[in-house]
Amino acid sequence: MTRDVAVVAFAQAPVIRREERRNEVEMLMPVVRAALDAVGLTKRDIGFFVSGSSDYLSGAPFAFVHALDAIGAWPPIQESHVEMDGAWALYEAWVRLQHGDVDTALVYAFGKSSSGRLRELLALQLDPYVLAPLWPDTVSLAALQARLLLESGRATEADLAEVVCRSRRAALGNPDAQLRGAAAVEALLAEPYLVSPLRRHDCAPIGDGAAVAVLAAGDRARALCERPAWIAGIDHRIEAHALGARELAASPSAALAAERAGVFDGGPLDVAELHAPFSHQELILREALRLDAGGAGVAVNPSGGALAANPVMVAGLARIGEAARRVMDGSARRALAHATSGPCLQQNLVCVLESRDG
Amino acid sequence: MSDEPVRSIRTPVALDYRYTPGLAASRFLRAVADGRLIGQRCPACGRVYIPPRGSCPTDGVPTEEEVELADTGVITTFCVVNVPFAGHAIEMPYVAASIVLDGADISFQHLVQGVPADRVRIGMRVRAVWRPREEWGPTLENIRHFEPVEAQP
Repeated sequence: MTRDVAVVAFAQAPVIRREERRNEVEMLMPVVRAALDAVGLTKRDIGFFVSGSSDYLSGAPFAFVHALDAIGAWPPIQESHVEMDGAWALYEAWVRLQHGDVDTALVYAFGKSSSGRLRELLALQLDPYVLAPLWPDTVSLAALQARLLLESGRATEADLAEVVCRSRRAALGNPDAQLRGAAAVEALLAEPYLVSPLRRHDCAPIGDGAAVAVLAAGDRARALCERPAWIAGIDHRIEAHALGARELAASPSAALAAERAGVFDGGPLDVAELHAPFSHQELILREALRLDAGGAGVAVNPSGGALAANPVMVAGLARIGEAARRVMDGSARRALAHATSGPCLQQNLVCVLESRDG
Repeated sequence: MSDEPVRSIRTPVALDYRYTPGLAASRFLRAVADGRLIGQRCPACGRVYIPPRGSCPTDGVPTEEEVELADTGVITTFCVVNVPFAGHAIEMPYVAASIVLDGADISFQHLVQGVPADRVRIGMRVRAVWRPREEWGPTLENIRHFEPVEAQP
């Protein structure tokens, strides 16, 4: 029996290509304030804090400890950190709230993807002995995956462009997005390849961002929020580290996480926020999550998704926040949020958010 | 082919970063380049931080009020270092100290010279010894070291 936990507030900083003036703490502070203000809380009302970030992005050891300055750790607070996207920090907060002794949690994520050369930096998450020394960059690895998908006959380059086209259009309505636009599929296909078969627009932009979610349990959530986004299910699964050992053009880990999170058991989904940093990955995820089954009316990435803004370590939490926001404002009754980590969708988290009124 | 186990491999890693000091640290460094020491006061607890980082680590609120501090202060703790470290030509032994500047509420670290190491004491008043103005840049190295305010007996 799990305890009912809901997202009751979400805030994020507008994602920009390079935040040159403010450091991570200065970026985070107004976002923390906005999230707390949305539910009328102060940090003293929060039972548990947890962050998601990577010191490799900042280029400084224990940068996540410095980030605590955005919270203020006095009187001493209960705090934790995951060296992962904030979506996994939210998972830890959900687990922590299951203990029953605290009723509120604040999850924060921050990342300046612009500080270093992201494509190279992410090579360091690979096997350090035989693969990382070759410095395979993120885009090239994703292109291996895209090629497999195209060769399987399940998608065409036009399908990839269609994903980009829809994401950028959706982002026209998202003031926090980094890229938006109305380019047509034909125009996108006329662009040159970056790493064939991927074009520049098939790849998520590099940007700096921060996001904060507030979670609350049971009656506390009902008191704080008119329409809490209840976490009906949440699960995450990982695949083998060796790329060669994986079925790259599919996402068995996303499918399993979705099954365990109860995606396929409940009613129809209104919204799905997918964390797909490359256009072809959205197609792989749609298949794994069965979003196209039965031609259901699920709106995929109404925020624009990762192709419109992908601050590393933040974008996954932002998917949960964007999905939760639509439940909280009444525009969705049941929403799916997905986050990914590692090369080529190695690890996937799936969260189902529901409204419970009426 | 040898059956010898591989005992080591070389896989050099170098990453370049563009560091963003942030608004508060940038103002601090600009002031240091001008020979001034700027702290920031927390609007909640009133403490003055130097170097400022834009937030109060206790209260988690932005620190926007700037406070110009003296270049004199008090040693709150120190150690006597007998090991050289790369790139620094400095006489052994030397003293590294925590110093609270007059008007500040937290200490920062710097060198103490101009006094035999065995004469340094907690509570000793010290002042900054600045490098020649033409050598100043946006760095605390503008201060060569701190030295006792009172002449030592």
